[in-house]
Amino acid sequence: MDLRDTADEAAFRGELRSWIEENLPEELQGHRGGAARFEGEEMRAWSRALHDAGYAGLTWPKEYGGSGASYTHQAIFLEEMARAEAPPHVGVIGLGMAGPTIMTHGSEEQKARYLEPILSAEEIWCQGFSEPGAGSDLASVRTSARQENGHFVVDGQKVWSSFAHLASFCILLTRSDPSSTRHAGLTYLIVDMHAPGVDVRPLTQITGEAEFNEIFFDGVRVPAENLLGEIGGGWQVAMTTLLHERGTLGFALQAVLEVQVRKLAALARDRGADPLQRDQIAREWIEAQALRFTNYRALSKLVKTGMPGPEGSISKLVWSEANQRVTKLALELLGPDAALAEENAPYGGYWQHQQLRSRGNTIEAGTSEVLRNIVAERVLGLPKSR
Amino acid sequence: MDFTFTPEQDALSEQARGFLAANPEPSWKELAELGWTGVSIAEEDGGAGLTFVEEAVLLEELGRALYKGPFFSTVAVTLPALPGELRAEIAAGETSWTLAFGPLVPDLDTADRIAIVGGDGIYELEGAEREVLSTTDETRPVGVVRGGEPGRRLADSGVLEEIRNRTLAALAIEACGVARRALEYAIEHARTREQFGKPIGVYQAVSHPLADAYTRLELARSLSYWAAWCVAQATEDADEQAPIAAAAAKAFAAEAAVQVCETAIQVHGGIGFTWEHVLQRLYKRALWIESFAASSTTLRAEVAASLLDAKPDQASGFSQTPVSLTQGG
Repeated sequence: MDLRDTADEAAFRGELRSWIEENLPEELQGHRGGAARFEGEEMRAWSRALHDAGYAGLTWPKEYGGSGASYTHQAIFLEEMARAEAPPHVGVIGLGMAGPTIMTHGSEEQKARYLEPILSAEEIWCQGFSEPGAGSDLASVRTSARQENGHFVVDGQKVWSSFAHLASFCILLTRSDPSSTRHAGLTYLIVDMHAPGVDVRPLTQITGEAEFNEIFFDGVRVPAENLLGEIGGGWQVAMTTLLHERGTLGFALQAVLEVQVRKLAALARDRGADPLQRDQIAREWIEAQALRFTNYRALSKLVKTGMPGPEGSISKLVWSEANQRVTKLALELLGPDAALAEENAPYGGYWQHQQLRSRGNTIEAGTSEVLRNIVAERVLGLPKSR
Repeated sequence: MDFTFTPEQDALSEQARGFLAANPEPSWKELAELGWTGVSIAEEDGGAGLTFVEEAVLLEELGRALYKGPFFSTVAVTLPALPGELRAEIAAGETSWTLAFGPLVPDLDTADRIAIVGGDGIYELEGAEREVLSTTDETRPVGVVRGGEPGRRLADSGVLEEIRNRTLAALAIEACGVARRALEYAIEHARTREQFGKPIGVYQAVSHPLADAYTRLELARSLSYWAAWCVAQATEDADEQAPIAAAAAKAFAAEAAVQVCETAIQVHGGIGFTWEHVLQRLYKRALWIESFAASSTTLRAEVAASLLDAKPDQASGFSQTPVSLTQGG
């Protein structure tokens, strides 16, 4: 046990910190890369800069254009990016989900075709998993892929897809066997977002912004070589994607929470806090530290054994509920000013916006209910609830 | 950065769990023979020359086993105040100590000698009358001392900060051990107890509180070992994080242990409410830990002061965009 950076880690952190200071454009500082406020050009330029400096796809193998770095470096990268309030590489879905899935299940042709443009931000990816009738219950996917003359014809609707309006490709989970139910008969496809019959519509959310999209597929022809894995083997491929979605996500979240708590403390210093509010602020600071060191424990186990520890499964659950409490507490500190919006509100409406956005945190990337089931069943070994 | 236990620490933890399962009420001499009383005492004084992290590993298991004896008061609390030759007696299992730093003195029924804080130093208290008081947690007696004279001067009062940090970190770690055992009982019960034809762990009204209990416990453990590591570091190069880490860990872990025990009692139903079941004893230890030294509220007030009152020069640095996972689909 040694909670300090090793010499190598300290050197990497130091170089990275100076690199971000020198290269992060001022207008991007504070942006979390939410698709809503970006049309993509400035984000692409920033992403290219990250790639040129070797920071995109840190843990990707060198043969695919990555840096072959350790998970520890990836964790440091995520921490430093969050601390500098730098937006992530625009290829969030490509780097974290599509790329690793292609590396695991893709053909050599697919790896050669798709991986490099993800790193260089030439091609942005989106994810087509959730549907109006398939949220937490992903296995009830209905979007169909019919085989016809050596290609697939896709019909259906996907929802909650960020970056779809910027994306070149979509990783799409479809039902290829109409007589199948549940996990069987699913097929995983790579779909060209510019193909005829693909229609992307923004979905306005509780904050008034449109970070996510709906995607409609109407007779979209997908070439046979865009199949990822086996026909009917889509569920296994999708599990690889979701495993990577939750992989090192914890580190990004924890670092973001620390920034949020730091801002909460700054708000309390600016506007004052009564003893009960001070108690709550201390509580949130302590919980942020608890999350940080829980992530360190999980990471250390991953680095040493190649398997993530069970502690890691609680990261997103803890973060999402903490972020909801922290943002609500900030509104309480604002008092009657909490009712104001945007330019009329203190700090440009930052906290009002954050608080509303935080309600999505316990829903996106696995609802808290599903995550509690996962902890109960897979970590505690309780009998399955369904 | 490495937040795993060494193979030696893992082995120590296993040894401790096995030994305490077979010997639930070990004597001070037996603990000394195992090398536990001298874990962090220098080798030239007959100890193992290890750190507070190894002591923490033991404290977690001692908490889990609801050990009754002067280990906490001697090793976690009083040790930093004692000079080398007195430490040697502890390593050898010849004496145990407690420290009167408040009106209620821990382990007063079993500790051989008493140290007392007075003026600018810590002294041995001689010739005092002891009164052991009845406590809700029968495994952790406290008492009051009356009369007596300060005898040998043991240490400068400067050592009190280290004592405070060790005490808080030790209580946090003990709380984790208590909570783990309560959670183990609750999980086992939820797996095997059947109602309406199913094991009750099937019902999410039962399983989700258990998932939350596990979550609280793991967070508490992360904080507690962070605090233990800071305390261990502090003996070498005055780790400036040690005071706040110890306060944060104790504030969180004590509350977590109380909550986990309450969940475990609820999951057990009627049997969890009986004197016969061990849960009541785990619960009372958790409550003892919460009340001893400083309550969670008091400690959070300290944390808040260090966050909010210390450096008002930090800029707010507000920005405009949401915290988002921006993935999904």
